This record gives sequence, structure tokens and C-alpha cells, in this order.
Amino acid sequence: MATKKFMFVNRKAPYGTVYALESLEVVLISAAFEQDVSLAFIDDGVYQITKGQDTTGIGQKNFSNTYKALGDYEIKKLYVSKESLEERGLTQDDLMDLVWEDEDDDWAEKPSIIMVDRSEMAAVMAEQEVTLSF
Amino acid sequence: MAMLHIVNKSPFEKVSFRSCLNHVSKGDSVLMIEDAAVGAIEGTSFSEKLKTAMGDVSVYVLGGDLAARGLSEDRMIDGIKAVDYAGFVDLTVENETTQSWL
Repeated sequence: MATKKFMFVNRKAPYGTVYALESLEVVLISAAFEQDVSLAFIDDGVYQITKGQDTTGIGQKNFSNTYKALGDYEIKKLYVSKESLEERGLTQDDLMDLVWEDEDDDWAEKPSIIMVDRSEMAAVMAEQEVTLSF
Repeated sequence: MAMLHIVNKSPFEKVSFRSCLNHVSKGDSVLMIEDAAVGAIEGTSFSEKLKTAMGDVSVYVLGGDLAARGLSEDRMIDGIKAVDYAGFVDLTVENETTQSWL
């Protein structure tokens, strides 16, 4: 099967709506089809990958650890909007340390998060063949 | 008549939180729940708008919704109080009426 460039655009905070979890489900399915997958975290989507999420107070399943497994599915391009973090009083230090292991480099752990500004994000979007928005 | 205004949408995504603040009366309370909890954080593009409103109204947030989004209570704007579900119930009792800004 031909490989296509897929981008999943995540623009909503987790838990308040089901979009974040549904996106993650489809991302994992797409990985099973060995596509060239990128994720974009824009606007409130940046809250999906904050570190230290604790859902005990709201009685919902904490699915944030699943993002840490994406590297094992060859999903290693997570583009994060710099402007979206700044508008929310956040920095990259507030995000989980998401990595992938490079088999061509003795399985060295390499960062999956790629910080981009809006023009860089636009350029990445322009390269995609399939874009799915959540 | 004091009113409890309940907001559940992120101020960065929808205008409902701003619209709420534009329609509160002195002595009212505002409670942030679900995605609105992210509005409680200091140093955002929304925090000045909320701090201005806090001169007239008391502002609360559900602590569980903050924690779920990886945000700790020490990052809240000074003066905002974190409550649990029991505190939510207390607020509905203390105010004569409630309004949900969906």
C-alpha cells in the first residue's frame, strides 16, 4: 500500500470533550497502516500533552501516558505551536518529555516534540496529503 | 440576588467565558469547570480580563479539572479559590440562582 503523509490536527483540551481521545485512537490506527504520520498541537490542543495530568478528581481515565507510546509506533513528529503555548502561559517545560528510539543510532532516545511558529506550522501543513482535524 | 455563573468552555476557544464576565453583577460568583478551568492560570492572554472582573465577583475553579489538564493550583491567578465537587454544591446553595454559560 502506498504511504501517504497524514497530519492529525489537535485543537482541543482533553477531558472536557471527547475530541482528544478520539484523535489519539485514530492516530494509533493510522500507525498500524504504516503511514507517514505527523501530529499538530495548536490552540487548546497543547493541553493534551502537558505533564503531570491527574484525573482522579474528575473520575475519567487519564490517557496522557498513551502519547508516550507513540514513538514505539513510529510516530515521531509532534509539532507544537509556540504561540499557542505562550498565549496560555505555558512553556515547553510544561509538556511531557516525548521521545522515540532511533534504531539507526543504537536506539538512542530522540525528542518527538518539534516546536514551531505559525509560519513553520503552515509549511508543514502544506506538505500533507491527508489532514484530519480534531 | 447573588447568582452563580458556571462556565465550562475554554476562554481561548469560545467567547462564552468573556460573555459571562461582560454580564456579571457585583457580588456574583463565577465557577470554572471542565475546559474553562484553563482560564484560572496566571500569565495568559485571558488572565487580565479575568483579574479585572475579580474586583466585582468571586471566582472559583474545580481543582480536579485543573489537575486533569496538568495545571497545578499554585499557578492560579491570586484570589481564585479551588473547590471540589462538595464546594460546587455549597456554591449552588449560597447563591439564589445559577446560570450556565454553555
